Amino acid sequence: MPTFGDLKLSRRDMLMGTAATLALGNAPNTASAQDAGVSGGAVALAAGTPSLAKVSFTVNGAAHDLNLDTRTTLLDALREHLHLTGSKKGCDQGQCGACTVIVEGRRIASCLSLAVMHQGDAITTIEGLGTPDNMHPMQAAFVKHDGYQCGYCTPGQICSAVAMLDEIKAGMPSHVTADLEATPQLTNAELRERMSGNICRCGAYSNIAEAITEVAGSPA
Amino acid sequence: MKPFSFERPNTPAEAAAAAARVDGAKFVAGGTNLLDLMKLQIETPTHLIDVNRLGLDKIEASSDGGLRIGALVRNSDLAADQRVRRDYAVLSRALLAGANGQLRNQSTTAGNLLQRTRCPYFYDTNQPCNKRLPGSGCSALHGFSRQLGIVGTSDACIATHPSDMAVAMRLLDATVQTVNGAGAERRIAIADFHRLPGDTPQIETTLQRGELITAVTLPKPVGGKHIYRKVRDRASFAFALISVAAIVQRDGTGRVALGGVAHKPWRVEAAEAAMPRGAKAVAEQLLAEAMPTEQNAYKRPLVERTLGAVLAEAKG
Repeated sequence: MPTFGDLKLSRRDMLMGTAATLALGNAPNTASAQDAGVSGGAVALAAGTPSLAKVSFTVNGAAHDLNLDTRTTLLDALREHLHLTGSKKGCDQGQCGACTVIVEGRRIASCLSLAVMHQGDAITTIEGLGTPDNMHPMQAAFVKHDGYQCGYCTPGQICSAVAMLDEIKAGMPSHVTADLEATPQLTNAELRERMSGNICRCGAYSNIAEAITEVAGSPA
Repeated sequence: MKPFSFERPNTPAEAAAAAARVDGAKFVAGGTNLLDLMKLQIETPTHLIDVNRLGLDKIEASSDGGLRIGALVRNSDLAADQRVRRDYAVLSRALLAGANGQLRNQSTTAGNLLQRTRCPYFYDTNQPCNKRLPGSGCSALHGFSRQLGIVGTSDACIATHPSDMAVAMRLLDATVQTVNGAGAERRIAIADFHRLPGDTPQIETTLQRGELITAVTLPKPVGGKHIYRKVRDRASFAFALISVAAIVQRDGTGRVALGGVAHKPWRVEAAEAAMPRGAKAVAEQLLAEAMPTEQNAYKRPLVERTLGAVLAEAKG
């Protein structure tokens, strides 16, 4: 832990400080920002004028009322405004899955969704699934099976896997489901197809598949 | 991302009226394509109208024996619907061949129809593109065109429509239902919904300003064997190089549509009479007007061979 005189900063505090500065650059909360309101009475903006809007949702069971620059993605709201930094920004264009969170029971790419689109929604992030002392079974299985190397994609992998198993339980088919009218089973081919929205550049796929398979309760 | 104001209307009519009233307004549903383009400042709406709470998220039986799919039904829900899996399997298959689990949970029926091309030059703001900046020229004609269109193209644009779902909708003779800012409703046959590029590739559909898609309807099921075969560079989560959607009846008659070859889902009804005679005869008619580039000329034989595999599969 670096020390600066009496100041003790953790790595995360340092990163948060940096991130907050960057966030300001991306989405300025200027004092002159115009609150165009959200329901009705829409006003077209003069070019370059930021707009604020209110949104309320719950994250991991806690209610939050936010007043955000409309451009704020759900991912940035979670990370920069609520300081839930478990959800990661990988590609920021919906291709890597590191930002996957569960909204109203469904996994989504939070980088391709605006925070203001989630009025009233119940959102679960990796922080809401479990804690280091009380891990979700999927978190425990990733630890047990070494389902990561650098760990950057892991929160997204775990959120995605948890919701993916619910999709199978609900009988939702996939591209590799042979019979559309049959109940899908969690085979290795099904698992890999259904997790194709989560990239692991360390290549821990084999261990990730083992972890998910164990939680699903069927052999790989 | 350019700044924009935001509103959350409660009814389709309110949403359409807002879009007609505000210059530069756009609807946002799933946002998976629009936000991507807004981050790159290729799309720069000044006002976003959130259509997620308009109650357009139901799939209902229609009085003519078909199905009425709300504009906001998520791609994952549509693919998993028991009626779609049983009676319109080619639609389930096409949806499941597209994107990934997360994005299918976000993307909507109407949004899928309205997604923009993935032509690399449309995304590359340093290069000319008639679709992004009308009149600037087409970089793809003499550029990297491997994944681009071969038929129905123009000197102004050889982009493809990227959707899998839309190809199945075209095969199934879907109809797009809309409401405009004045409250007037309209039905547009899917064949007339997407445009060819011509010299105005920036205009991709026949929707008018402020017109909101409320539903997509399917006529009653036609039976037959439903197949969607997508050829792509990866086994999952990649856009089609080409795709073939087909419904084949026991006597070998049927219908076929192609994805990944044109600015719209590509179907030539006259070519379907040749289906009992095999893939070559059908492909020749489907692609009679094709003008491929050197880099995407492979798509012509790929269509014929993929169609051959589809027809063989249909025979069982």
